[in-house]
Amino acid sequence: MENNFYVKPAGDCAIAVEFKNEISEEVNNRVAILKASIENAQFAGMLECIPTYRSLTVRYDPCEISFDELRKRINEFMEKEGSSTESLAMVYIVPVCYGGEFGPDLDNVSSINGMSEEEVINTHVSVDYRIYMLGFTPGFPYLGGMNESIATPRLKQPRTKIYAGSVGIAGKQTGIYPIDSPGGWQIIGRTPLKLFDIDRKDPILLEAGNYIRFKAIDHEEYQRILEAVEEGKYECEKETITRGGAGNDFH
Amino acid sequence: MTSIRVMNPGMYTTVQDLGRTGYQQYGMPISGSMDHFAHRVANLLVGNAQNEAVLEMTIMGGTYSFEEDVFVAITGADMNPKLNGKRQIGMWRSVYLKKGDQITFGAAKEGCRSYLAAAGGFDVPLVMGSKSTYARGKLGGLNGRQINKADLLSINQSGKSQEDLIGRFVHARNIPVYEKEVVLRVVLGPQEDLFTRKGIADFFSSAYGVSKDFDRMGYRLEGKVIEHDSSADIISDGIVKGAVQVPGHGNPIIMLADCQTTGGYTKIAHVITTDLWKVAQLKTGDSIRFKAVDVSEAHEILKMQEQTIIEIIEGFHCKRLKEDKDLRLSINNKSFEIKVNEVKICE
Repeated sequence: MENNFYVKPAGDCAIAVEFKNEISEEVNNRVAILKASIENAQFAGMLECIPTYRSLTVRYDPCEISFDELRKRINEFMEKEGSSTESLAMVYIVPVCYGGEFGPDLDNVSSINGMSEEEVINTHVSVDYRIYMLGFTPGFPYLGGMNESIATPRLKQPRTKIYAGSVGIAGKQTGIYPIDSPGGWQIIGRTPLKLFDIDRKDPILLEAGNYIRFKAIDHEEYQRILEAVEEGKYECEKETITRGGAGNDFH
Repeated sequence: MTSIRVMNPGMYTTVQDLGRTGYQQYGMPISGSMDHFAHRVANLLVGNAQNEAVLEMTIMGGTYSFEEDVFVAITGADMNPKLNGKRQIGMWRSVYLKKGDQITFGAAKEGCRSYLAAAGGFDVPLVMGSKSTYARGKLGGLNGRQINKADLLSINQSGKSQEDLIGRFVHARNIPVYEKEVVLRVVLGPQEDLFTRKGIADFFSSAYGVSKDFDRMGYRLEGKVIEHDSSADIISDGIVKGAVQVPGHGNPIIMLADCQTTGGYTKIAHVITTDLWKVAQLKTGDSIRFKAVDVSEAHEILKMQEQTIIEIIEGFHCKRLKEDKDLRLSINNKSFEIKVNEVKICE
């Protein structure tokens, strides 16, 4: 098909738009752009979009819009795709207190990779991480872009409880736990931000297609931000950038 | 405002509405009732909005005590509901309960899930726009969990009058029959090209049994192994309920109400929306065959089901049940005890 995308039914109430079968920012940008176009158009029968690495699933109500009509609309959006490649993305600045009680595995990561703890932290905060998709548990970001020099295998014995906000490394991936859960990631720090807060107007902080930049903070600042977060007074620091132009190269 | 006191919760009972829409992109499952048809009809019978929250009971129902007079309706699997331990309660009709009445459910005779709607609906907070319980995420419903003994569930005041609700019932032809062997219609794909031709042929020609692993998240099936072309893994993409996932072991899994939002296994097909209630009413040992339909057929079938809902609503306006009568009937010297409902034709 033209422009290298496929529109297929995913049952009778959803449609899957599949792009090139690879994990790349370029492909994930196309997903994000189509999602934005569909959401901005706000047409009848469209229920919700589920963006993933290289596909967009659109749930619809067939009593309001037919498959053919929806496919036609998607094709129209895709024809205009090129004109919106300059769309903007957001970088969420995520403060992290590294090491100590919040990052019990920071020493593992540094010894396995033959680096000092400080070098690990500097490497971890040095890039903007792409949020390819959210899933697994509510608000869990699948991030791309970690420098492989700090890649570390998972713990042999997973922990039964990892606290919400924990920042970890598993193989070549890095991520943040949105809720308390068991897990085998090497935990290097913790953010006072709540990725998932049921009592907030927007319960989920992050959005797929945007970026995360970690910022090292000390224990004192962690406590200060935590208090503000708990009082509902902390606004996550954000920066607007041009999509795909985060100033790093991590393909 | 009244409430239900839970004397015995049953095997697994949760508060569910039709689900949480709009948060799948953030990793939040839709949840909601497993059998939308039975759920919607239960609400209609007591004058609620179709999306109102109901109790979903699984395999074995509980015992519930009512603190004030209220209309209720029971639909779905027949768990032999009894009033105050004695009298059988009719299903698929509105039932007027008096203060202090108790309903006791037993085990599902056929089917798996039973629904209890109360006029006014259950008063639990909306979490991300829905009253549905998502137990794994510990949110929604009653404190984010299944209901327990001694819980008190508040019921909102119903805006409907007694005259409006009394005697509402569903005509027998519109009451589903829950069978142990079902044919599920599916729309093929979207990853059907990652299976061999033999794999696809086996999927459609074999019977698959429901394994011991079946819950609100999904039903694992057992049967002829479905052959992949090369790999069972894909780059994770979105999942919607009804998806038939086939991991490397080759046995299909039907993803349902609480399924995760994304996943990395090939999806051979999707069960059509109108047939999802059939899955919801299956349990271990029941058997499934798959039959292909295309999207436009699936939509026609969906519209027919919506027509049935309209027919049920229209039925309330012209026919009502009057009180049960127990009669004894003798035919050829054989004696029968029968329960009779007079149907009143309204003007």
